[in-house]
Amino acid sequence: MIPAPAFLSNPERFMAFSRWAAPMFGVVAVVLALAGLWLGFIAPEDYQQGDTVRIMFIHVPAAWMGMFVYACLGGASFLALVFRHALADAAAQAAAPLGAAFTVLALATGALWGRPMWGAWWVWDARLTSVLVLLLFYLAYMALRASLDDETKAARAGAILALVGVVNLPIVHWSVNWWNTLHQGASVFRKGGPTMTVDYLYPLLLLGLAYMAAFGSLWLVRIRAEVWRRRAEAAALRAARG
Amino acid sequence: MSRAGALLTREVSLAWGKGGGPLVALGFYAGTATLLPLATGPEPARLAAIATGMAWVALALAALLSLERLFERDYEDGALDLIVLSPVPLEIVCALKCLGQWIATGAPLALAAPLAAIALGAEPRLAPLIFACALVGGLAFAFTGGIGAALSLGARRGGLLTAVIVLPLFVPPVIFGGGALDAFAGGLPWRPGLALLCAYAAAAVALGPLAMAAACRNALS
Repeated sequence: MIPAPAFLSNPERFMAFSRWAAPMFGVVAVVLALAGLWLGFIAPEDYQQGDTVRIMFIHVPAAWMGMFVYACLGGASFLALVFRHALADAAAQAAAPLGAAFTVLALATGALWGRPMWGAWWVWDARLTSVLVLLLFYLAYMALRASLDDETKAARAGAILALVGVVNLPIVHWSVNWWNTLHQGASVFRKGGPTMTVDYLYPLLLLGLAYMAAFGSLWLVRIRAEVWRRRAEAAALRAARG
Repeated sequence: MSRAGALLTREVSLAWGKGGGPLVALGFYAGTATLLPLATGPEPARLAAIATGMAWVALALAALLSLERLFERDYEDGALDLIVLSPVPLEIVCALKCLGQWIATGAPLALAAPLAAIALGAEPRLAPLIFACALVGGLAFAFTGGIGAALSLGARRGGLLTAVIVLPLFVPPVIFGGGALDAFAGGLPWRPGLALLCAYAAAAVALGPLAMAAACRNALS
């Protein structure tokens, strides 16, 4: 097993680690975001897109995170399903709303960019559609967990659905690509290096790291909250039994 | 094998006989196909352009409708507990359930699909391909849909939850089938779409039962 989950699988150790790691990630996120935004605002206007190019610094990392968080959700669900680890389940549960929020942010900023650039808030293009389907997977996961009363059953059912999603999302992505493509191709992660000028690349990467740190911080906070909620519930049950 | 045969006979007769069976699915399909031209307007040219697409989406929705009772009925009356105790692996049982569902509602819907598409304005020469797509697509819908039905066992408002889980899984088969039909109507190569639809159906038949069985075991634990 990879070392980080093994180290953190002990709840006491996790709580001790996350206690200082969560705020530290938060501070890193704020610093990186301020630096990235500053560089983004002083970057020259694009010769075609004008000022709207700056939307990219908010939009692209959000889309990256939408996918990255689903990978985290899938990984945590796998650990929860195979090792029946309560902390992994708390991590999966905590990740889903964050991933959905990143996906919504990507869709919303994309619409704001699309209106002046493409002349439409929304077009049925392959990338837009696969991000929309990604959001539907997040919503299905959260709906399933919310509508099962038994928490252990909800956890396992959610984990199964998350893994079904992990298998299906690449197929969805590929099928939607087969169906239609209008969105500009990838310009950062591609063979032969990025095609973007450094004026745009640096703020973009800084904000990407800032989003990553923000997610790390919020994720840890949410897992901690979930652990405390479960402890409180267990304490209430003990008190009720007298 | 005779055990599996008995299970399949049971599933088909339950899906066929009790609660209307294929008639309910066909009625829903006819109703949806009737509403679509009422909403888009009756001009033949406009309808003909989207006829196959509408017939195809209505088919996906009709397949969704009959999923609710796939596991719920046996879960509520305790039959599922007994089935789990049988020597037939639960994965096989789940596959047989979906297969029975496909025989009882998927195949009748596939027969109705060309009729609906032609009534909406599609060219009659499309009929064989529509039937083939609906037959294979129905298999994919039944086996991916079964995952949603099994996961929402014991949930409040299970039917609605099944739809929310299953609709994103229906994206690839809807795209592949619609793509094949669109290509055929436009005189383009249509075989890739049909082949991809068959591939998705095969993957769903192979992998779907694993997820369904895991979900059923979880619901019964």
